[in-house]
Amino acid sequence: MTMQEKQNNTKTVAKLAVFGVCMFVFAIWVMPPLYTLFCEVTGINGKTKGKYEAVAAEVDTSRTVSVKFVASNNEGMPWEFAPETFTMKVHPGEAITTNFIAKNLTENIMVGQAVPSMVPNNATDYFHKTECFCFNRQALAPGEEAKLGLQFIVDQELPRAIHTIILSYSLFDVTEISPDDVESKKQQIQTSQLEQQNHSSLLTAHTN
Amino acid sequence: MAHGPAKGLSRWLFTTNHKDIGSMYLWFSFAMFFMGGIFALVIRAELFQPGLQIVEPDFFNQMTTMHGLVMVFGAVMPAFVGLANWMVPMMIGAPDMALPRMNNWSFWILPFAFALLASTLFMEGGAPNFGWTFYAPLSTTYASDTVTFFIFGVHIMGASSIMGAINIIATILNMRAPGMTLMKMPLFVWTWLITAYLLIAVMPVLAGVVTMMLMDIHFGTSFFDAAGGGDPVLFQHVFWFFGHPEVYIMILPAFGIVSAIIPTFARKPLFGYESMVYATASIAFLSFIVWAHHMFTVGIPLTGELVFMYATMLIAVPTGVKVFNWVTTMWKGAMTFETPMLFSIAFVILFTIGGFSGLMLAIAPADFQYHDTYFVVAHFHYVLVPGAIFSITAGVYYWLPKWSGKMYNEVMGKTHFWLAFIGLNVTFFPMHFSGLAGMPRRIPDYNPLWADWNMISSMGAFLFGAAQLLFLYNVVRTILSGKKATDQVWEGAEGLEWTVASPAPYHTFSTPPQVK
Repeated sequence: MTMQEKQNNTKTVAKLAVFGVCMFVFAIWVMPPLYTLFCEVTGINGKTKGKYEAVAAEVDTSRTVSVKFVASNNEGMPWEFAPETFTMKVHPGEAITTNFIAKNLTENIMVGQAVPSMVPNNATDYFHKTECFCFNRQALAPGEEAKLGLQFIVDQELPRAIHTIILSYSLFDVTEISPDDVESKKQQIQTSQLEQQNHSSLLTAHTN
Repeated sequence: MAHGPAKGLSRWLFTTNHKDIGSMYLWFSFAMFFMGGIFALVIRAELFQPGLQIVEPDFFNQMTTMHGLVMVFGAVMPAFVGLANWMVPMMIGAPDMALPRMNNWSFWILPFAFALLASTLFMEGGAPNFGWTFYAPLSTTYASDTVTFFIFGVHIMGASSIMGAINIIATILNMRAPGMTLMKMPLFVWTWLITAYLLIAVMPVLAGVVTMMLMDIHFGTSFFDAAGGGDPVLFQHVFWFFGHPEVYIMILPAFGIVSAIIPTFARKPLFGYESMVYATASIAFLSFIVWAHHMFTVGIPLTGELVFMYATMLIAVPTGVKVFNWVTTMWKGAMTFETPMLFSIAFVILFTIGGFSGLMLAIAPADFQYHDTYFVVAHFHYVLVPGAIFSITAGVYYWLPKWSGKMYNEVMGKTHFWLAFIGLNVTFFPMHFSGLAGMPRRIPDYNPLWADWNMISSMGAFLFGAAQLLFLYNVVRTILSGKKATDQVWEGAEGLEWTVASPAPYHTFSTPPQVK
């Protein structure tokens, strides 16, 4: 091999190796965020958007849209989980509040995360959540039942063809990956127990 | 510098000779071909009749997974790299590969990768059982602990492929003999150049996707876990961004092989050489923008379905150009039908059938019926078995006299061809019907409705497997006791590789030839 060929080979190898490393970086650090961004922008994949700041808007009483709720547990999630109301008739522009009920049936502190999905896909841009329990993880004490709030507004611009929106939540057990939430729940239980004790001892002091 | 091979085992361990390394790649691939074949026969034996007879469902799933992984990464890809090692330097008049030591390394890590993968068969939890496409969360949340061995195995295979590809590109770009311009290169060199670029573009993506799996399983990330904000569908996008170019990696070198063989036995130059080069490049480009046609049923929006449907159908155009050129090369040629030519003609016909079922699958609304059925299995076996396997077989028969200096037994070669040809069609053609009748892939037991087609498929599979034993016997017998081959070997063969003696000396083109 001549010197010239050796130099050329080194150059080719360096270029190709950099190209290969770039593709690896692309796969791990670019594709996942790009995918999430793409889904957010287009609203495909049924992913609803994050928190919405309510703007003053007129309620369009001429239209009624039916919003249906579906709640399901991901495999192995032992909580009770259901919407308080299964179907709501709403007018576009109206601010609506509803609740889901979750109950931890186990004897341990557990943390759940609800993941939303919506059909039809093209409704996602017009369904605004001003408050949603799905924005945060939910920690529940053993046997605790909680009302999980959801506030939303259906946009007046909702395409005319859409008469029904189905919003589904899958509840995932994320206890293992959220030790912080478990810890704060534990402290919360302890403080409330302490308060109760103090309260009852005060009460006994009074009666005496 | 003119010295022969070292003696004993160290020749193979430390060799930097492209011919030695090419031979090792080919033998390794041959061994993997039989291993993957045995896995396939376990599948076909179980599916001979409905009901569970031979293996447990979990082991059945391990067999489908291992069959796919071993055939794709162990048999087809190393065989093409082996052929490239042997032929590319000889076709362009180079003394060896550009990076001989890296060449040794890229081969020798491969047996370790497959030892790692195959060892899981004997572990608690068993081999990977989630299909060769290893979709998350099946391969993350629900996989047994052995998945980590699979991940590292894939990392090593990927490293091997990337190094091999870099080596091939450097050889082709920098080591050509004087006068060998790019547009004078044999088509096998061209198709490998393009394939090597595909490999460097997508093997890192495969490494990336298994790395993300590793992180999800062991380090608490949530790339593919919806609970932590990830998305399992993301896995499919990243996988098929690798996976679709990957299927062209397994077919483009095959195009190169038959483009060398058909002109030889038609005794006419290849028709439309330049259009062949451009068609190969277009197929490679299109392979990057069609991946979601594997995912029509995951719920991608209508626009997405349409874009990927049309882009996929577009691939039929350059592929059609190629088929047209092969047929036109044969047109009015003085054809003879030696074994390599038989395999090549079967390639053209059967690959086209596989292409047509591919077009059917590309129709998004129709795909909802075909998706995940045996129709898909029939489709990709029609493109991979007559595509990759037949072309590799044709290449081995075609170049074996040059490698070994001995001529193979033509009668046995032709017998092998006809048994393989019949076996292949008996195995895979009925799968179109069982698939259209609704039989899902990757199931160990099935509705008796599909019993007849499955019984036929299983009989064909054992015939096809037996035919390959004849192939092995023929190759071994040729090397040990074949008749001496001439330097020219084939009357109509052209190209630099036929200008050297048979067997090809240990060092060829130490002084570069002049190409006019």
